[in-house]
Formats: sequence, C-alpha cells, structure tokens
Amino acid sequence: MKRFLLAPSLLASAALCFAAANGSWLRKVPAAESQRVNPFAGQPEAVAAGRSLFLENCARCHGAEAQGKGSRPPLRSDRIAHATDGDLAWMLKNGEVYKGMPRWAGLPEPERWQIVAYLRSLNNAPEVQP
Amino acid sequence: MSARLFVTRWLFAAGALALILLAAPRTVRAQQDPPYFVTYSSVLEEPGNLEIENQEIAAAPKNANAFFAPTVEFEYGVTAWWTTEAYLQGQSTQHDSTVFTGFRFENRFRPLPRDYWINPVLYVEYEDVNGADKSFLEITGNDSISNLAVPNSRLRKEVERSVEGKLILSSNAKGWDFSENIIGEKDVNENSPWEFGYAVAASRPLSLTAGSGPCIFCRQNLAAGAELFGGLGTRYHFGLQQTQHYAGPTIALNMPSDLSLKFSPEFGLDDNAAGVLWRFGASYEIQQFRDWFRRAR
Repeated sequence: MKRFLLAPSLLASAALCFAAANGSWLRKVPAAESQRVNPFAGQPEAVAAGRSLFLENCARCHGAEAQGKGSRPPLRSDRIAHATDGDLAWMLKNGEVYKGMPRWAGLPEPERWQIVAYLRSLNNAPEVQP
Repeated sequence: MSARLFVTRWLFAAGALALILLAAPRTVRAQQDPPYFVTYSSVLEEPGNLEIENQEIAAAPKNANAFFAPTVEFEYGVTAWWTTEAYLQGQSTQHDSTVFTGFRFENRFRPLPRDYWINPVLYVEYEDVNGADKSFLEITGNDSISNLAVPNSRLRKEVERSVEGKLILSSNAKGWDFSENIIGEKDVNENSPWEFGYAVAASRPLSLTAGSGPCIFCRQNLAAGAELFGGLGTRYHFGLQQTQHYAGPTIALNMPSDLSLKFSPEFGLDDNAAGVLWRFGASYEIQQFRDWFRRAR
C-alpha cells in the first residue's frame, strides 16, 4: 500500500518542483507591476545592502552565490536576466506559496527593491547561465 | 521576598540572557515577523525553517502572588502556506510553587496564494492546559486576574482541553503592519459555551532600508509597535465587560545570525486585569532545518 502511494506522491512532487522552476509565474505578473521601476536601480550601496539581505534571507535556499540548491532554482539565469525589476519585485512580494516560494511582503518594500537591485547586478554579470 | 523583587529578578535574568545573545556574530538582519506577543500577523514561518522561542511573562497583581511564566515555542514552516507550532508552558508563583501547566499544538494556513490589501490566515489550535496557566497567550471568555489568587495545587486540578480558532487578518502599507485577530474557543472536556477574544496590533521597522555595513543597534534591526488584546465574553454574555483588556508598546531587535529579542510592558485597562504584564521573548531561527535530514546535494 505504501509503495502504491509513494509513486503518485513522487510524481506530484516532481511536477510541483518543475512548475516552480519553469518560470510560469512570469505570466501571472500584472502588466502594471511588471513595468514598475526600481528606485534603487544602479545604486552600488543598494546592491551591497541587497546582497546582505539576500545572504540573510534567501541564500539558505537559493545558495550563497544564487546558484540554486536542489529543486530551488538558480537566480543567476537567463530567465531572471530577462525578467523586469517589476517582475522580480512582484515575485518577492507575493511568492509562489503553493510551489514552495514564501511571500516576503512582511519585508519593507524598499528592502525588497534592494534585493532586486542585487539580483539585477548578478544577472548583468557575464557568467549568467542560460 | 517582595513581589516587586521577585519580578525584578526574573526580568534581570531575561536581560542577562539578552546580553549573552548580543555576543553573536554581526551581519545585516531583516526579519518579517512583527514584534507582537499575542497578536498573529499573516507572516508564516518560511518553509523548512524551525524557530525556537522562549517567551517570558512576569507580573505582580495586586490581590495575587507575583508570578513568572515561561513558554517555549517550536514553530516549523511545513510549506509556504502552512506553519505548525507546539508550545510547552509552565509557571512559578511567589510563596507557592513551580508547575508545568500544559501544551498547545497549533496550525496556521494561508488560504489565498497572492498578497492582497488584507490577507487572511486561518488558525486552528488544540490545547491541554490546567488552571494554573498564566501564559496570557490570549484572553477569552469572562476571565479575571483574581482567578489566579488560588494556590497552584488547586488550579492544577482543573484541566481544560479545548479547540481554538482564530481568523487572522493582516495588512502591509508603507512599512507598517496592521494585524487583527478574532478568537473563538470551546472546551471539549466540559459543557461550557464558546468563548471569544480579540487582539489588534500595528508595528513598523524603524528604518525601511537596509545598510550595507554590519551593525546590531541600527534602526533597520529595530521594530516598534503597539498591541491591544482582551476577552469578548462568551456566547451567552458577549461583550467587553467582565473580562480583561491590556494594551502596551512593544519593541523588537532582530539581531544578527537569526536571533531576535522583543520586549513589552502591557498595561491592564480595567479592574479585572493585572496592573502590568512584563513580557520578554528571545527566539532563534534554524534556517532550512529540514535539510539536516536530507542527503547532501
């Protein structure tokens, strides 16, 4: 009986992980949110602060170098590079709670923008993976 | 030993614990949890994280012995929409005894996938506590501080097993958190009516942006707010009368390396309440605790 249940459970988990990592969330971002501009864009201090926030809050799941960990996707990727700052800010605020990504609406909005500034700096680097 | 000295000693011990924790390594710290003791916000534990919190309360009511009541909480993020928590409680009463008062097991669920202007969370709890419980984790029904003027040996004989539900509503705006809880509780081991209570709170970090340098006592690590909570009577005697109400400021220091401290004096607002409840909490979060049980990847 346990084996009977195990296979569908594994399949469902794999499907969820794939869905979480396939970028389908980008299609859910409202246009107005997607077009929002990062007030800290291009500010080195914001990138440094965003890095500190990232290491404290995000690195345990996504890796210290944002390389991803297990089923948790890398944040140095072509997908992130092509997402707008507004897309990333929307994802941080809302999360994908049914796919494992918590919402971070409890963090002040400026701090979320600082994290976005850091993610942008990572994905402007030449070693971004496809 | 006077009641004031009794409370002061326990608060001194809590302060000493805080100083030990301050010796931790220093990096930037940002935490979503608002600095509340009674009120729940819509923030759930991040999936895979385990938070261990020791919450203390001390008071010297006018017509009862001073007491100190610690509660240990284990909060685990099962998923991004489900947090589960277990509590172990005890208390020590001046001129009386130190007793274990019971346990609670709770679950919080987020029913909506997105962030809205007001975010609901559903809360379900089972508790098995005896009458000596002085944790004040919520107030329901027609409760009075004078009920605690009875010796622990008698209070312990009254065991209450109950289920409790809360509707947690929470909003975030311009760095502020506004949270409201509506509480309903029903004894399952005796024939008593539904009891109700409430809690509301608001808070804000002292700075909305993070700095890039390491610090402990900088504004970005501090959050301040206020809480108001109390009972709403029972199904048959609903209202603000014949129950306790408290209000007070609250402050939290979200320290480096997943440590948090919070403190609040809560002032009784009516004759049924204690003069002041002194609360202190220290918590430590183990990030991705579940990875301890997974193979290295």
